[in-house]
Amino acid sequence: MTAGKRKERLDRGIKVRTEGIYTLSSWREMIYLVAPRLVLILGLLIIPLLLPSSYYQKLICIMCIYALLAISFDFLTNFVGLVCLGGALFMGVGGYIAGGLNSAFGLSPILTIPIATLGGAIICTVLLLPCLPIRGVYFAIVTLVYPLLLLKIIEATRILGGTDGLPGLTTFPNIWIDQYLIIGITILSIFGLRRLVNEDIGLLFRSIKDNDQAVKASGIGITRYKALAVFIASGIGCLAGAYLCHLYAWVGISFFALDFSILPIAAAVLGGMGTIAGPFLGAAILVPLSEILRALGGLRIVFYALILILIIGIRPEGLFNYFQRKYHQFEHWIEV
Amino acid sequence: MKVMRGYLMDVFVYGLINSVVLILMAAGFSIVYGISRLPNFAHGALYVLTGFVTWIFLRKLGLNYPAAIVLALAITALIGAAIYQFFLVRIRGMEASEIIGSFAVGLAIMESLRWRGFIGHGFAIPVFIDGSIGIGGVIVDFQRIIIVGAGLAITVSLWVFTHYTKIGLSLRGIAQDERAAMMLGIDSDWTAVISLALGSALAGLGAVMILPMGNINVEAGYNVLIFAVAVCILGGLGSWTGTLIASFLLGYAQTLTVAYIAFHYQMVVAMAAILLTLILKPSGLLGRQKELEERV
Amino acid sequence: MSEESFLQVREVSKSFGGVKAVDGVSFDLAKGKTLGIIGPNGSGKTTLVNLITGFIRPDSGKIFFKDKDITRLPPHIIADLGITRTFQIMRPYYTLPAYKNLIAPLFSPRVKRTSGGKFGERDSVAIDLLEEIGFERDSYVPYKLASTLPLGYLKRLELARCIALRPEVIICDEIFSGLSMAEIATMIPLIEKLQMEGITIIMIEHRLRELFRIVDKVMVMNFGEKIAEGKPQEVMETERVKEAYLGIERRK
Repeated sequence: MTAGKRKERLDRGIKVRTEGIYTLSSWREMIYLVAPRLVLILGLLIIPLLLPSSYYQKLICIMCIYALLAISFDFLTNFVGLVCLGGALFMGVGGYIAGGLNSAFGLSPILTIPIATLGGAIICTVLLLPCLPIRGVYFAIVTLVYPLLLLKIIEATRILGGTDGLPGLTTFPNIWIDQYLIIGITILSIFGLRRLVNEDIGLLFRSIKDNDQAVKASGIGITRYKALAVFIASGIGCLAGAYLCHLYAWVGISFFALDFSILPIAAAVLGGMGTIAGPFLGAAILVPLSEILRALGGLRIVFYALILILIIGIRPEGLFNYFQRKYHQFEHWIEV
Repeated sequence: MKVMRGYLMDVFVYGLINSVVLILMAAGFSIVYGISRLPNFAHGALYVLTGFVTWIFLRKLGLNYPAAIVLALAITALIGAAIYQFFLVRIRGMEASEIIGSFAVGLAIMESLRWRGFIGHGFAIPVFIDGSIGIGGVIVDFQRIIIVGAGLAITVSLWVFTHYTKIGLSLRGIAQDERAAMMLGIDSDWTAVISLALGSALAGLGAVMILPMGNINVEAGYNVLIFAVAVCILGGLGSWTGTLIASFLLGYAQTLTVAYIAFHYQMVVAMAAILLTLILKPSGLLGRQKELEERV
Repeated sequence: MSEESFLQVREVSKSFGGVKAVDGVSFDLAKGKTLGIIGPNGSGKTTLVNLITGFIRPDSGKIFFKDKDITRLPPHIIADLGITRTFQIMRPYYTLPAYKNLIAPLFSPRVKRTSGGKFGERDSVAIDLLEEIGFERDSYVPYKLASTLPLGYLKRLELARCIALRPEVIICDEIFSGLSMAEIATMIPLIEKLQMEGITIIMIEHRLRELFRIVDKVMVMNFGEKIAEGKPQEVMETERVKEAYLGIERRK
């Protein structure tokens, strides 16, 4: 028998030391824990001040929108077991509710955004209700089809502005509100969801994902909790859509476009699924990248699709998990 | 009275044709799922791809029509097999990844075609035989009759194939009980490759039959995927008989909608079919109930 | 309501495709008693459990619990009424510590009802449950990741999931399978404790010797039918049962 080598991964000392209350005993340990989160928050808050022009500032806003869609995708898919292929559904519903209210009744964003978020979440949950009691693949199919369907209906019936959409909506007072509003929402969503999945109810969601038969056998009606999860995720998505329509002062059928369904998935897969923060990282990479590639036009979607294929096929854990592993663990070769 | 009978006859004949069109569209997806439990969301993409490849062979390379079709089908079948062999095989078993992954592949194909300029009304492949005849007072062009004939032929040959040939029987064996079949020496990966090749070829076959009736455009890819999925859910994922019955139900529902309401609502009908099925009988008309409820 | 009518199964049948998985099975179970269901593999025992607990709907027949017709009720309602079950193929939540696996059941309405409104934090309730079940409290065992637990503990965890619900009936689907005799010996007191608390138990098992020591009566199934019912000794002497298990040929 030849002696071989294998990789062994061990938690770093500092990780182990920070696992309990003993963290508070030293600055170094506290920094170890807090640093990544601080970097994220401070980074996001400072970046708008550093950007040279409004072009880049709008880019940050778009990035956050995609990040919101990506984290709600991650939440639904990896913490509840519902594969959501239709981020565009939330964008469109949220966008049209906010845009419609603004255009028809002149309501200001302060009203339209919350109404679109809650109302949109209710509508999306109701639309998706039939698939909730059953196996996940149907949810995937239905979420995929809805945006395409709604797009065609609006196109065909010409309601809500038809192919031209609803122009001339109210925008935010200035570019700083543009950015900090969405950045604030993004930060809250990331940390909020991360907190949620570790709370008791989050554990219930994860139990439903892992073994819904056992949850049913424990006397819990699965459908209502799945509906709650869909409500939360679609609320975030509709919020993003409502925000976008006021950012661009316009809402149209492109809100239902595949871009909003596919890029969040690619971002989540690239960034690292199952982490909530990973998809944010993925969006932070893909959105600027796709801007650079804007010249390629429709090829962008091909690009996202190819990234998806590559990551799923080769390194499914994604970037965030990779970095997290490096941060928390070190590896070395040992003799077998 | 005579006018009304003519109208009903219209609905009857066109409903029939529409139903067979749906069978042709759904066959590939149904077969792949039925045999390998793989939801092949690249189905629509393979459909339009065959159309465009046929067009290229016909118009750009000047091959004669039958050769173009045969070659295009062969290429599509190969591509389908390749999709499995190089990609799907790695994510087999993880349903979420299968759907996302196959959809991503389909997306890559369709959007590449769109980007390459295959949009607009410039692309069409000709019908097989020109002209039309009257059936019971309804004028039907030959292409549509060929479609119905093809649908019949496909159904019969599939039945013969899966009941009487060695390959077909092993495919059925895997479909019914994967582990038992594996213990008997039937390789599930190999059958998956075959089923994907077969499913892709069927998708392509449907394309070359149906596309001559109009233009080839990328949108058709998305539509076909949705219709195929709707038919298979309504009929029961994995049941070929279910697919057949569902095609007729949906086909007539769509024809009636077109006749009495409006053309655009075809997709709405498909979606309504999906949702109604999920609410009332999730496993579909003839779906294997075991799949849905027994997942322990 | 008579003594015998706690759980009543009447002529229940279920076919899959052409195969009759369960064929006209009937039995009664009195409150607080323990029933063992045995039979060769494929005789329909797990299907019967699925039928009783609502995971599958029977083609025909009825099931009554405390005189209430539960035949067509969905699984979570049946569990809410007090009938719980274990699963043969367990899938605990691997990335979570053992006690977190019990959080989900503690969400159910039944737990809220039967605890009379007073309810501590779920975490501590979960730990208490695990202690009841035999996880040593002051050790690190409840906090270990479920993926690192040995089989015996996993089986107990599965049972804990049922007990968390404060059930009236527990159906154990092959809970001894895969355990060594020593491990089974440590689980039996647990079952006996449940019996002393008055819980009605149904156990599907292949380990006959261990099973017969704790059941009140036994039911034998083969090819979906019930072929015998009664005290363990009597049942094992029946011709049909012997044939089923040992394939004894009748001599002409």
